[in-house]
Amino acid sequence: MSGQNLIESTLDPAAAVFRDVVPAGAPWIHELKKGQTLRILDLQGNQAADILFYSLADPTGERYSAIDTIREQGNVYLTTGTRLMSNQGKAMLTIIADTCGRHDTLGGACSAESNQVRYALEKKPMHSCRDNFLTAIAESDYGLTKRDITSNINFFMNVPLTPEGGLTFEDGISDAGKYVEMRAEMDVIVLLSNCPQLNNPCNAYNPTPVEMIIWD
Amino acid sequence: MTAKPIPEERLLHRETVPGARYWSMVIRRGNSLRVQDMGGGANVSMLLYNPGNLLERYNMADTLKGQHTSKLTRGNMLYSDMGRVMMSIVEDSVGWHDTIGGITDADHIRRQYGEARYQEHRNAFYRSGRELFLIELEKWGLGRRDLVPNLNFFSKVYADEDGGMAFAPSNSRAGDHVDLRAEMDTLVVLNTAPHPMDTATEYRPAAVDLSIYRAEPVGEDDYCVNFRPENARAYANTAILNCQGYMP
Repeated sequence: MSGQNLIESTLDPAAAVFRDVVPAGAPWIHELKKGQTLRILDLQGNQAADILFYSLADPTGERYSAIDTIREQGNVYLTTGTRLMSNQGKAMLTIIADTCGRHDTLGGACSAESNQVRYALEKKPMHSCRDNFLTAIAESDYGLTKRDITSNINFFMNVPLTPEGGLTFEDGISDAGKYVEMRAEMDVIVLLSNCPQLNNPCNAYNPTPVEMIIWD
Repeated sequence: MTAKPIPEERLLHRETVPGARYWSMVIRRGNSLRVQDMGGGANVSMLLYNPGNLLERYNMADTLKGQHTSKLTRGNMLYSDMGRVMMSIVEDSVGWHDTIGGITDADHIRRQYGEARYQEHRNAFYRSGRELFLIELEKWGLGRRDLVPNLNFFSKVYADEDGGMAFAPSNSRAGDHVDLRAEMDTLVVLNTAPHPMDTATEYRPAAVDLSIYRAEPVGEDDYCVNFRPENARAYANTAILNCQGYMP
């Protein structure tokens, strides 16, 4: 599998069972049933969508595993064909369409504390993805806590690794109207932070809304 | 490879961990843990927690993006998910330690090496990294939820231009070592199961030697603290945690 696998979807948004525009910097939590398809649509371009998945049947026992996902496919980038693996070795979802071509799962989510380290100690008050994750799970009843927040997927984010072991945050390769689509292989909880980061190019310094579209 | 000897008066404890075994201990702030590959080809999978608040733990993503790297070597610091430095790599004779390979589970071991149960093989039975991590984590009240992307000392995994992942064999030689200085009290949980991307067909996990010793005080010109501006900021956050002395 190469780093990019551009495949367009045949699904018609007019036939979707659910559509929701998530504003810039907002959290979103939603259930996705086995067999349903989720599209994440980058409405205005270069927007990072930070996502975690949990098994609906056992939220604190089975969750998305970044490391197992990349090792099982032998590639550090996510694109069409990637099976998003759980920490129990099962496929949770499969990416079935992707017009962006490359998504990151090593860069993690921003937090107040990591913003301090990366940019300046004074950046702590800025909004962050972990604040979104914690707000969404604290206000839901799945029993999830900070213990369950681990390495996430950054859809539409470009974090290239070099053969020499470097890792950089580059300008996004996404654009307005690009999307990624995935089919649920089990019932899952989708936890999204529509990234509010203002300090690096992952959102082109301008966080914007994304649309979440679900088909049966 | 001859490691710089640890002065006898600084050495606090020394022990050997055989292959495919586990170990954990709180390394107190100001002490260092040396891990030495005895015979070459070792793999040491490791996770770190704050013993005063076990919700704070080593964070792969923050460690990598803070230092713009996917490999770790001397100068790098191991960050927690709370913007602090837990441990610093103050000595390293290897040059590349893996952060993205993860661990084996029982199925993986069976597929790659075949089956060797305790019933037939007694203590030479095959064990996975996941099993060994979970046993040791449970002793601290931790478990599957706390099993996050781990460090794999002495192993090298790299990605080509298209993102394809590869394991570099023979990355570590007999006598190679890495020294981790605790910048805050740190619970170290480790095991010596094989790396999941190891291409060997024979199950031969290697032993490592562990030494705990009193570290030199951290000076203004400390190599790790000054390695990157991010390191200095993470170290400043750790200093705030430590400002009241030991917090039980």
